[in-house]
Amino acid sequence: MSGAAGQRASVPGGLARDAAWAGAALVLLLVLPLVFPSKVLLDYIIRVAAFGIFATSLNMLVGFGGMVSFGHGMFFGGGAYAFGLLMQKAGVSIPVAFVGGMVYCALLALVVGAICIRLKETFFSFLTLAFQMLLHSIIISWVGLTGGDQGLMGGIPRPPFLGINLANQLHLYSFACVLLVASLLLMRHILQTPFGYTLRMVRDNPDRARFLGIDIARIRLTAFVMAGCFGGVGGILMSLFVSGAYPEFAYWSTSGEAVFMIMMGGIHLFLGPIVGAAVFMALNDVITKFTEYHGLALGITVLVFALVFRRGLTDFVAQLRGAARAKP
Amino acid sequence: MDLTALLECVTTLSCVVTQTTSGLIIGVLLFLVAAGLTLIFGVLKVINFTHGSLYMLGAYLGLTGYRITGSFALAVVLAGLGVALFAAVFERVFMRRVYGTDVLMQLLVCYAFILILDDVVKIVWGPEFQSMGMPAAFQAPPILFGGGVIPVFYLFLISAAAVIALGLWFLLVRTRIGKIVRAAAHNPDMTSALGINTGMVYASVFALGGLLAGLAGALAAPVRSMSPGMGFSILIESFIVTVIGGMGSVGGALAGAVLIGVIRAFGSIGFPLFVEGLMFMAMAAILILKPSGLFGREER
Repeated sequence: MSGAAGQRASVPGGLARDAAWAGAALVLLLVLPLVFPSKVLLDYIIRVAAFGIFATSLNMLVGFGGMVSFGHGMFFGGGAYAFGLLMQKAGVSIPVAFVGGMVYCALLALVVGAICIRLKETFFSFLTLAFQMLLHSIIISWVGLTGGDQGLMGGIPRPPFLGINLANQLHLYSFACVLLVASLLLMRHILQTPFGYTLRMVRDNPDRARFLGIDIARIRLTAFVMAGCFGGVGGILMSLFVSGAYPEFAYWSTSGEAVFMIMMGGIHLFLGPIVGAAVFMALNDVITKFTEYHGLALGITVLVFALVFRRGLTDFVAQLRGAARAKP
Repeated sequence: MDLTALLECVTTLSCVVTQTTSGLIIGVLLFLVAAGLTLIFGVLKVINFTHGSLYMLGAYLGLTGYRITGSFALAVVLAGLGVALFAAVFERVFMRRVYGTDVLMQLLVCYAFILILDDVVKIVWGPEFQSMGMPAAFQAPPILFGGGVIPVFYLFLISAAAVIALGLWFLLVRTRIGKIVRAAAHNPDMTSALGINTGMVYASVFALGGLLAGLAGALAAPVRSMSPGMGFSILIESFIVTVIGGMGSVGGALAGAVLIGVIRAFGSIGFPLFVEGLMFMAMAAILILKPSGLFGREER
């Protein structure tokens, strides 16, 4: 009893420490433009923030839930389109449309998740992929609403709210940084709660969890819905950055990229996917600069990571640290 | 939604004939792709996400084979064999390394190959849409049946698929090779203990799946246009087929493929914008009512 109570007590302490780190990181990010006033750098960080939130939300499922979704792009695209359409057609303010986009993703995840979580492993992967492609084909064919393969027509308006003007790059950058840090802190906290540890147990030994009276389907579905919500946040940030939404957001390759990001960064560390997103974005820019055969170069890189390294970048760091500790 | 058009169609013989034939065409092509997907899953317990790319490769190899040899039949056979060879090499060199690991690595290797193959096709055949055109042998006036129009090529396609399906059935049920494949699907360790080289079995099953996908791609070439990335939609459709029919069941794949073909053909009249949605609703219904699929046996 006392052990369990002690563990529970340790969680708020962990949150305070995480919050301190998050605050320090946020201060660093916000000071950055004063030191390096480079537009290219700021754009890069905004993109990393969007994909970082997206990849970390996927890792809630893959790394912590053992559910390898290959359809996570449906929330990236779904969030972007829901947000964009609310801004364009309903003319609401950005915060309202933001929440609207997240609610849409939660509902989408609830319906898709209720069907998909029945299946295990590779079936789950394929089924999520299939549902993503359904969403993609709806976006492509419902031209009247979505603009079809041209994307949302006319861009997404970005009216100022609370003195924040997201059409201004510096404002958007600060907004992205706050969003990134807040989302990460929240996801970290969710994974440190008893729910987060139950999710890990369901991943490691579903039978045992079932014997303990845990409703596995409910835990998985809850994780799926939360991951979908945060995935939507990534998509909304991206749609704010490009001031539009495109069918490619919901295409399977977006999911593939996210899966590669979290693998390249390392699924075992909470911050692994962020590292993966940052490296992936840089890599992407380099590849695009040097060759028009983007898929070929990316594919070979993926193969090297999956077959030669067989682990992510942060896993190497963790390994080195472990070796250093073992030495003395 | 256009229910009156659908009602009008199902009450007119000519429309029923035309739509049923086009549904069968979609169905038999899907069956060839889905049969390979389900076979590979049955034996290796992995879902081959690159299966659509194998179909694409078959279509392009068929195009080149036809342009060089001028014979459609020869082009189809060459395309099938070429893709089979590629699939065997892909299995031995790449997929083999990720069987024991988690789904994530299998997914990444397939993801990499989908990207690579799309770009290879772009480099070799160009990024623009291509079409083979109808081979001279099939440029005969279509057959009229009950007022419906049936192109000669469609009849050939259905018969060719029937012959391939029969051959597949014979191979799996009546030969020693089929027995070994079924044994490996049932219990790979025991099969291996009995002195069967399971690595060879795995490569052969991949090759067989590749052969079927390649044949389907080349057979479809005269009636479908080709572009890099064309394999992805057929991958999703054949997955839906295998879920409906039951993963691992070839007979189920046939039933599921024909069902999807008919849904597509008639759905395109009644619900032109929601054809994909109809397929997904069929799949969701099966998943909720009978999660193992129409012909699936084992618990998942």
